Amino acid sequence: MADTDDILTVRGLKAYYQMAYFGIEREVRAVDDVTLSIRRNEIYGIAGESSSGKTSLIKVLAAAIRPPLKVVDGSLTYRFGDLEIDPYKARKEEVDAIRWKHLSYIMQGSMSVLNPVRRIKHSFTDFALRPMGVPKNIFWERTKAHLERLNLSPDVLNAYPHELSGGMRQRVTIALATVCQPEFIIADEPTTALDVVVQKDVLAMIRNVQQQMGSSVVFVTHDMSVHANMADRIGIVYAGRLVEEGPTRTLFTAPKHPYTAHLVGSLPRIGDTSAKSALEGRPPNLADPPPGCRFHPRCPLAIEKCKTEVPPLATVGESHRSACWRADDVRPLTTISHRAEAVL
Amino acid sequence: MTTLLDVRNVSKRFAMGGILSRKHVDAVIDVSFTLESGTPEIFTIIGESGSGKTTLARMILGLEEPSEGDINFEGVSAAERKDRAARLSFMRRVQPVFQNPFEAFNPLKQVERYLEATARTLLGLKDKAEIEAAMDGALQKVGLSYREIKGRYAHELSGGQLQRVAIARALIPEPALLITDEPVSMVDASLRMSIVNLLRDLRDKFGVSVIYITHDLATAYYISDRIMIMQKGYVVEMGPARPVLDAPEHAYSRLLKESVLSIEDAGSGKLEPADRSMAKAAWEATGEGQLVARDGGRLVRVAR
Amino acid sequence: MFAVIRDLTRYNIEFAIGCLLVGIITLFALASFFAPVAPTMIYTVPPDMPPSMTYWFGTNSRGQDLFWQLSYAFRNTLTFGVLVAIISRIISITVGLLAGYLGGWVDRVLMFFNDIFVSLPIFPLLILVYFVLRSNLDMFTLALIMGCLGWPFDARLIRSVSLGLRHREFTRHATFSGMSPRKIMFEEHLPYVMPIVLSTAIANMIWSIGMEVTLAVLGFTNLNIPTVGTTLYWANNHSAMIVGVWWWILIPVVLIVALFIGLFLLTVSLNEYIDPRSRLRRMGGA
Repeated sequence: MADTDDILTVRGLKAYYQMAYFGIEREVRAVDDVTLSIRRNEIYGIAGESSSGKTSLIKVLAAAIRPPLKVVDGSLTYRFGDLEIDPYKARKEEVDAIRWKHLSYIMQGSMSVLNPVRRIKHSFTDFALRPMGVPKNIFWERTKAHLERLNLSPDVLNAYPHELSGGMRQRVTIALATVCQPEFIIADEPTTALDVVVQKDVLAMIRNVQQQMGSSVVFVTHDMSVHANMADRIGIVYAGRLVEEGPTRTLFTAPKHPYTAHLVGSLPRIGDTSAKSALEGRPPNLADPPPGCRFHPRCPLAIEKCKTEVPPLATVGESHRSACWRADDVRPLTTISHRAEAVL
Repeated sequence: MTTLLDVRNVSKRFAMGGILSRKHVDAVIDVSFTLESGTPEIFTIIGESGSGKTTLARMILGLEEPSEGDINFEGVSAAERKDRAARLSFMRRVQPVFQNPFEAFNPLKQVERYLEATARTLLGLKDKAEIEAAMDGALQKVGLSYREIKGRYAHELSGGQLQRVAIARALIPEPALLITDEPVSMVDASLRMSIVNLLRDLRDKFGVSVIYITHDLATAYYISDRIMIMQKGYVVEMGPARPVLDAPEHAYSRLLKESVLSIEDAGSGKLEPADRSMAKAAWEATGEGQLVARDGGRLVRVAR
Repeated sequence: MFAVIRDLTRYNIEFAIGCLLVGIITLFALASFFAPVAPTMIYTVPPDMPPSMTYWFGTNSRGQDLFWQLSYAFRNTLTFGVLVAIISRIISITVGLLAGYLGGWVDRVLMFFNDIFVSLPIFPLLILVYFVLRSNLDMFTLALIMGCLGWPFDARLIRSVSLGLRHREFTRHATFSGMSPRKIMFEEHLPYVMPIVLSTAIANMIWSIGMEVTLAVLGFTNLNIPTVGTTLYWANNHSAMIVGVWWWILIPVVLIVALFIGLFLLTVSLNEYIDPRSRLRRMGGA
């Protein structure tokens, strides 16, 4: 695949929390040596547990980090058309100029974006008018057209956030984040607080808007069943490292990392009565991660080598990478049927 | 066979707003079900937020008084538990497990403090060795030991461990009923099944009945014996969990099932928005209808 | 505890200066236990001597060595401040936690009294007390009265924190662990309230000492007890500034200002240290 097909290239990225409280210094390696690239027109899922560093990773990608989190090494390059930019080497004005227009962010809590005491339309003018750079009448025309495309009534512009349900608010924030037709969208657990029915609606909407605009979406959630339905490719994050990456179907049917195999295999399903087990142990403390492969204390396949040597993220199949010394021995825990394949 | 918990025609109405614009919200409307003692089971209450499932749990725990109807636990209603002694004896039999284990433990205190208080007040133990034995016994049931948590603070344990400590705490007085409100929603994916499996073991090995409140149909299918689906305060369908979830009859139950994200066919990129019209139509038709019995012990709400 | 204080002095310059100032004044006050003369005796030394090697702080027009006189004065003033702080803290914690945790009619009754105390005019009230008690008004009585007046604002603050804590899950967890309301209030909730208690305690000391100085300067306290306020009263009474005995006024004023600055810096730095969020982060959590 040609390099120019990638909208974002990340190489050897390291971002640490460096803290000193009353003499106790702590360094938390939240993002440790991550190399990945995001293609144009794809949804890239990032999966990981709490304190796995996935939130830090996307904050770094969004160039939205604040001390004590610092990028200590590596590079991050966005390609928007002819514009090539590394937010950590560019000037602040250049980074501000790409926000909303090229790069936008859908957050977990919609209330943090929508001003609770002002009508929705003010949030649109506040955030999107300047990046779009068009006169007001054209701006409203485009905004209304965009809302209609997302099956939202333009009436929501005159509502206050509290008058809308949680699902509707989340849809409005998605509309707000995508109104400037950005090429790159970062979605941070946008459906975690929503109920099952609403969740599916919101996910379908994100998928729909992505396909219409041909943007790239980085979608973060710990919920593998959401990834199964959203992502084209998935990156699995464990203890600050990318441990496996591959096309969604491959990860669900033929995972090459024991952690992925567990995440997929332990999902309960309606109609499946087989016993599911949990992993032993607990996610490691990022301030003091285990040596070697960080997963080895919980890994059923661990061997001596895993305790001392860090496995590299190696190619194990077509656009499939895994950081495991025993990638070839990993077996899926359950078989997942494929209706699409069955037809063929 | 005697009745453990008898919830009979319970409704809860909240008053909202000020003096002039007083409004009423019906959180729970005419809910009835019973749990028998002697046959421990996992009874799941499913519904979206606003369906009244949490209010119902709070009423069973005595944290909220029903506006109408009666909740009897082992023949004693909540209204009869006025003094501290009566409440303590209720707590010996019914214990809650909360949603967020990080919130359920005071972050400035050691976690064992809650276990110790439970053993001291609810079991009436005085001797330090006896208290420790009781704590260790309960922790063993959840796959931990007193040695592992001695002197630990909440932030030193993982969400899964902490939730297990919370369950162990609830088990100390050897209750007959555990009420768990979304116990796994805040627990990490890799540890979630350990909690779910633990609830199943409590039923099978220790004879504890569990009321499992959730919106996750998949785990409900995995562990429940019976299931009750709630919509806007009403029970719309109730019955044996697997038959109900395999073939839901009420439109809302079907909507819930269809909204579950399937991992079959992962990566195909097919995702249709849920079709609400069916459930909406059903709600309009049967909303305040009546529950009728179907074969296999199933109750479904149909138009009157 | 010792490590905390060491770290605080090392990394927090405000705390270090505050400690130093308050420490010096406290040592100075403690020196009164070794005083060669009783503070009430007059004409024990030649009057109106300026500061020198023999009389470090000079002597006053009543023939008292100002060093020992002020040492007594600060001992009394500090004791007074600490006493008022302790009494008013006990009341505000009890009222605040009870009102916040129990709620209902307990809350309404307590807050009714709270509002009455908030609106009481403290200064005229204290003058009235002086007129009633006159020379029977000793340090302890005054401290008790001021302690009973200095709690309502802080009680309300504690109540608001406690109201928030009541709805936290760990409170319900504690209830179902069979903990009694008393145990929940004073063991579960008190640690969250402690930062407010400590920082308001020092602010309360500043308030009560200032009040005592004001009352004494105007002559509305028992003038036979040496305090910073009565020292200034006698200096003023003897027209110290006009006669040229400037040290009689300047030295106590400098010392009391140093004490106030020291206490203020301690409040600021302790607030930052005790804040539960930063404390949790230091413990390695959250």
